[in-house]
Amino acid sequence: MLRRALRLGLGPGLLGRGLGAHREGSTLDWHGKVSEIKKKIQSVLPGGAWSPLCDTSHLPPEHSDVVIVGGGVLGLSVAYWLKRLEKRQGAIRVLVVERDHTYSQASTVLSVGGIRQQFSLPENIQLSLFSVEFLRNINEYLAVVDDPPLDLQFNPSGYLFLASEEGATIMENNVKVQRQEGAKVCLMSPEQLRKKFPWMNTEGVALASYGFVSSSNHMETAIGEKVTLKRIHEVHVKVDHSQEYQPVECAIVVNAAGAWSGRIAELAGIGKGPSGTLQGTKLPVEPRKRYVYLWHCPQGPGLEAPLVADPSGAYFRREGLGNNYLGGCSPAEEEEPDPGNLEVDHDFFQEKVWPHLAQRVPAFETLKVRRAWAGYYDYNTFDQNGVVGPHPLVVNMYFATGFSGHGLQQAPAVGRAVAEMMLEGHFQTINLSPFLFSRFYLGEKAQEHCII
Amino acid sequence: MAAPGASLRLVAPVWNRGTSGIRGLSRSVDPEGSQRKGRTLLQFLADHFYDVEAVREYLLQKQVLKVLRKNRSSTYIKERYGPYVAGAYFILKQGGAVKFQDKEWMRPNGRGLSGELWKLREVPIEAVDASGCAITYQGLDNLLALKELQSLSLQCCPHVDDWCLSRLYQLANSLRELSLAGCPRISERGLACLHHLQNLRRLDISHLPAVSNPGLTQILVEEMLPNCEVLGADWAQGLKLGPEEQSRDTASSPIPA
Repeated sequence: MLRRALRLGLGPGLLGRGLGAHREGSTLDWHGKVSEIKKKIQSVLPGGAWSPLCDTSHLPPEHSDVVIVGGGVLGLSVAYWLKRLEKRQGAIRVLVVERDHTYSQASTVLSVGGIRQQFSLPENIQLSLFSVEFLRNINEYLAVVDDPPLDLQFNPSGYLFLASEEGATIMENNVKVQRQEGAKVCLMSPEQLRKKFPWMNTEGVALASYGFVSSSNHMETAIGEKVTLKRIHEVHVKVDHSQEYQPVECAIVVNAAGAWSGRIAELAGIGKGPSGTLQGTKLPVEPRKRYVYLWHCPQGPGLEAPLVADPSGAYFRREGLGNNYLGGCSPAEEEEPDPGNLEVDHDFFQEKVWPHLAQRVPAFETLKVRRAWAGYYDYNTFDQNGVVGPHPLVVNMYFATGFSGHGLQQAPAVGRAVAEMMLEGHFQTINLSPFLFSRFYLGEKAQEHCII
Repeated sequence: MAAPGASLRLVAPVWNRGTSGIRGLSRSVDPEGSQRKGRTLLQFLADHFYDVEAVREYLLQKQVLKVLRKNRSSTYIKERYGPYVAGAYFILKQGGAVKFQDKEWMRPNGRGLSGELWKLREVPIEAVDASGCAITYQGLDNLLALKELQSLSLQCCPHVDDWCLSRLYQLANSLRELSLAGCPRISERGLACLHHLQNLRRLDISHLPAVSNPGLTQILVEEMLPNCEVLGADWAQGLKLGPEEQSRDTASSPIPA
């Protein structure tokens, strides 16, 4: 065997010209063979995963402690905090599954990227406060030795919410709650608004709340009929563009699939049952399409412009030094666009967004739209707030989804809360019990009023 | 990640390098330096061995903790002697200089703080020179308590960034003069937060390496603060010279003082 191999290998031509060359007309692919042999040897050596019958190195592993469905900002945040809060190094194996490596439809990359503390629920305010602190100290959390420090390109210009007469009392109450939780918000009258932002038309505005970027440093911190509890044993992860799939045995599954969380929940059997029962309560998260437009306006608001949210629902913010602005508007319930694709409707800007913008900022009457894109909100049709924590019946599925347009700004804090729930069994730093799944069955809405 | 076959660049003998932590910190302040193509021996070792990487991370953590410790707020001094003395103590400990109202500039002398600092409980501070101090977002708490501060100099502070600038609105009533020259982490997004300082009369934003377009930023800041004299980049800097001007302008440096 060895002699035959030697005879083949040391044939006259090969020896004469060295290993790099191959003979004319020969089909011997020496480079390919060498790399294959190297791969086989590497897989045989200790530490490599060698299965004698087939090579599965291109598939996910067969066992994992936690499988996170969805690789957007929430899924990655949960993965990060799981590894950061684990008791021993390497105690938990985490697998993050994301179906699109280019993130072309993910809400994370298509988001306008505003972060604010002007919410009505105290839990939301706390989530945002911690997330701002995380972003401020991001180099303490995410820095790698020898790499340059992270630059978030964050604009600490603040967030300005405008309210008309009807919304003024609600805004005042909300500001009281926000100040109680430690957010720095200041209420402004129309005259003060005009003085500070001379480019703004304050007609119809009764009150405005200007939120500075504030952060917190420290948190003060279950019938007689049979109930069947289910457990997810395996997650079948199918590789793109092929028929192969890998059954990953896991202990916990985290649903962080954003706009598609409803479908993932259906795969686990959540919602399959008679309606009105806990088995029949579906996860009420569905994708809703939202448009973002980028326009240029040479006489527009200056460097000091915060992210302004009009009472009509239109919002905009400045981008960069070149008088470019990003903005959009959430459509009314009846006019929801079809979420089947991410095509942009330019008429929506003409009819619904531009009039409000031009009325609020007269300089925006002459603007030119440069680009536009669309992204999905993982819209919680029940109360527009996130779903966090385990499912009562499918005991090892945890949710981290449904944030309806404020997921990106709350992701670090939510990731930490879900990791705490998984590792300790209860929330430690921020108590997110109003956001558990059981509220859909019990009918207790944790309604957030300040939704854009 | 260094490819196995890439050439190692031994910049200096390894024993001359000092603690890797200090190098890491200086690299974080100078972003261009860390993008050099070659990797030094220490970086190569850290890429390939977990132990070396762990040691370097530990040293870097120690550096970070040292800066954090320097920026702790001293609540005892604040309660006992008042916010002005506490602020002055903080600045003098960091190596800066403080000027109380109607008094001379107080600098830290080598032998410790002068005894008369403790008697100035009621005297407000009107100027602070914190050039080169390692003040962070936390440490700024001490400065923001000085409600009569008129002049603040944060020149070449390595840890002052956009987030710190977003806190300066608390000094809007009194601050007349602010200097941010040479701070490596400040960008135009932080400068946008300065529009709250409506009483500002002098602002120095020269030599900010992280600002993408200094000339345009200067114009926008001047528009934002109409009553303020903004020193910094010349607005013509960054504009492309025409062909006849290019030959004239070969040796002149475009950055004014």
